[in-house]
Amino acid sequence: MDLTRTEVVARKRGAAARFALLAAPVAFFAVFFAYPVAAIVARGLKTDGTWHLGRIGEVLAQSDVRHVLWFTTWQALVSTALTLIVALPGAYVFARFDFPGKHVLRAVVTVPFVLPTVVVGTAFLALVGRGGLLDDLWGVRLDTTVWAILLAHVFFNYAVVVRTVGGLWAQLDPRQEEAARMLGASQLKAWRQVTLPALAPAVAAAALMVFLFTFTSFGVVQILGGPTFSTLEVEIYRQTSEIFDLSTAAVLTLIQFAAVGAILALHAWTVRRRETALRLVDASVTARRPRGAGQWALLGGVLVTVAVLLVLPPAVLVQRSLGAPGFGYYRALTSEDGGVFLVPPIEAIGNSLSYAVAATLIAVVIGGLAAAALTRRDAGRFVRGFDALLMLPLGVSAVTVGFGFLISLDEPPLDLRSSWILVPLAQALVGVPFVVRTMLPVLRAVDVRLREAASVLGASPWRVWREVDLPMVRRALLIAAGFAFAVSLGEFGATVFIARPDNPTLPVAVARLLGRPGDLNYGQAMALSTILMVVCAVALLVLERLRTDRTGEF
Amino acid sequence: MAGTLAACGSSDGGQGSGDSKTVTLVSHDSWAASKDVIAAFEKQSGYKVRVLKDGDAGQAVNKAILTKDNPQGDVFFGVDNTLLSRALDNDLFQSYEAKGSERIKADYRVDRDEHRVTPIDTGDICVNYDKKYFADHKLEPPKSFDDLVEPQYKNLLVTENASASSPGLGFLLGTAAQYGDDGWEGYWKKLKANGVKVVDGWEQAYNEEFSGSAGGKKAKGDRPLVVSYASSPPAEVVFADPRPSTAPTGVAEGTCFRQVEYAGLLSNAKNTKGGKALLDFLISERFQEDMPMNMFVYPVREGAQVPPEFVKYGPQAKDPETMAPAKIADHRDQWVKSWTSLVLK
Repeated sequence: MDLTRTEVVARKRGAAARFALLAAPVAFFAVFFAYPVAAIVARGLKTDGTWHLGRIGEVLAQSDVRHVLWFTTWQALVSTALTLIVALPGAYVFARFDFPGKHVLRAVVTVPFVLPTVVVGTAFLALVGRGGLLDDLWGVRLDTTVWAILLAHVFFNYAVVVRTVGGLWAQLDPRQEEAARMLGASQLKAWRQVTLPALAPAVAAAALMVFLFTFTSFGVVQILGGPTFSTLEVEIYRQTSEIFDLSTAAVLTLIQFAAVGAILALHAWTVRRRETALRLVDASVTARRPRGAGQWALLGGVLVTVAVLLVLPPAVLVQRSLGAPGFGYYRALTSEDGGVFLVPPIEAIGNSLSYAVAATLIAVVIGGLAAAALTRRDAGRFVRGFDALLMLPLGVSAVTVGFGFLISLDEPPLDLRSSWILVPLAQALVGVPFVVRTMLPVLRAVDVRLREAASVLGASPWRVWREVDLPMVRRALLIAAGFAFAVSLGEFGATVFIARPDNPTLPVAVARLLGRPGDLNYGQAMALSTILMVVCAVALLVLERLRTDRTGEF
Repeated sequence: MAGTLAACGSSDGGQGSGDSKTVTLVSHDSWAASKDVIAAFEKQSGYKVRVLKDGDAGQAVNKAILTKDNPQGDVFFGVDNTLLSRALDNDLFQSYEAKGSERIKADYRVDRDEHRVTPIDTGDICVNYDKKYFADHKLEPPKSFDDLVEPQYKNLLVTENASASSPGLGFLLGTAAQYGDDGWEGYWKKLKANGVKVVDGWEQAYNEEFSGSAGGKKAKGDRPLVVSYASSPPAEVVFADPRPSTAPTGVAEGTCFRQVEYAGLLSNAKNTKGGKALLDFLISERFQEDMPMNMFVYPVREGAQVPPEFVKYGPQAKDPETMAPAKIADHRDQWVKSWTSLVLK
């Protein structure tokens, strides 16, 4: 304790500030995540006031449960490997090449990430199923094979790799590699000794994120895999929603929780390694027109990959939505037939936009505060642990969260079940992690010396913040908001349980229309899906226009 | 957007679950009723009706059980005979004998001592066939469970996962009723060997795999036999534009299992008076005659008229398989588990 008095006072102030910043995020996650999940797990493992933890061993001993665990793990590993193989060339192209339409293409690449799985499942069936494009051209069918699942996972997660690895790659100073080459290193050696070490943490982080998303895959496996393939998430859904074996569902939830926690801890570690190791430059300095046949061929290859894997499935949806003459399916959306909905399906658009705006506001406030707290240089181990905790909603079963909301937020002082805000709260749980991961790198990158210089010259803390921090943070906030908006718009897993029939969201409306017989209902589902894709694409296109020089992780 | 959110807020306030002027019905996704019929009830009773649809039937029942201590509504509609025991064993309902119950056909009435549920509608889970396929191939469509394992019907049938889907479960129970407790497994071994395809739910089976439905045609479904309902052919006619003069699909009448759907007054319901009035209305002639063209089910009330589309395209099966709810309760979970091991693994 040889600190000076000033240092002691400063440290106490820092602790107070950190606590204040974290109070809202901690409360938000405690009330709207930890409490609901704990409630539904307890419902399954605690009866008549007694815990039955022996149930955990019993469930793990069942061969079909071990089969689910094995399938979940190996398909996630293969999905991750395939995604990296397909997407890393894309990351390089976006990082180092400048070409017309680049911004639009980046938005196109990101749209799949936020589409509802019910929509993508149908689109992929039309691509790889019986009577699909592959079937027509080459007699190849992949539906109800694991290949359909793997391809759809690449479709969804391509953007994670491109944006995570490509975003960093674009800011690596190419002069370091060039310097090594001038000193006699071969191109391969320079790449292996300079670029690869710099990229490795980002690749690892992207791989872990893709693994997380595919490990917890629900809609894709459920729709494309059929009843013979189950991930943990699908099995939790079946046990809770269909079979009503709450104790098995609770055990599976705990297993997934533990696995996801481990993945997130690893991810947090790789992210911190990345951030402390690099000297970054402006992305515009590193990108240039492709040169030589090899580079143009690479660009062409990436474009073909994007066209076939990412553009073709949505194109099938659009084509189907135009199946009736004179936009008949779109016009049908405005009629109130008293059938599937109590309101015309088109009202789902307004509902979804309203909910997504509310969810975005919640996510940006909570996520922004959390990111600010995590950015402080004196953050301790507790705060770094909270970093990983913030990501948990991405990995915990949406079914668990949805049902948990139902049974825990149902009495005063938190009787929200008949309140409109329940849906945006569920959506915000998924949006907050994206806000945090978008803003953290930007906030951490603010040059501390710039702020210190301003202080020395007499600027007040408020003015330092306004002149130095705000311009950089504002754009990051807008990007984070765009992402949270798109993710909220497409959220389905938890919302399907809590969205009200007089206020359905777009994904819920699509699922309900698909569940009804008849050409008109099917066509309207395709039309609504197309509208949802367009709205997401527009949001992401606007997002691209607001890119900062130092991009976030998503 | 602030205006929209405020509007949501204010309208929610007006429909709070504590408002005794509102009666709330919780149902599966397939609930539907004509506006004027609901309006008539609202006018006659003074209650405003709110409907909450909660996914497929199994999902809705499970959700209702999970929230039974503080239910989302007053009346639950849509628990069928295959899931009834789960609802009753979990004390989902309180007793109420709806006015007019004596007009319900005796076959459909259960729980006569405690009156916890009231039959509302019935339907038949049956194999449907694509008429065009069988005409093109000059093949007789199957008529019975026995037919489905014949070689000429190899690789033609698609059904739903019995653990996840009420038609899938109904079909399984139909085979158990036909072949007995010890005989259905042998039948399913033959059915599997004859190329039956299993998908998760009705939407996939009917709108993607089945070659006879509008959705299936678009998806290029290649299975001309699907487990669906006796009322599916009229739906294909009613929702088509323009309407065909004959239904594109038919029903294999010897493959039917009778399904009955019930409604009951939820335990801990906040508006029990409104709930009782709504239950009375659900078995009134007005509502019973409105149901078929909205939910594609048949009335349980004697004397209720069915619409001409049903008479022409989708009459009720004459001699469907049935099974007592108590027997279903005793065997359902074990049979589903055995079926899963036999057919899916």
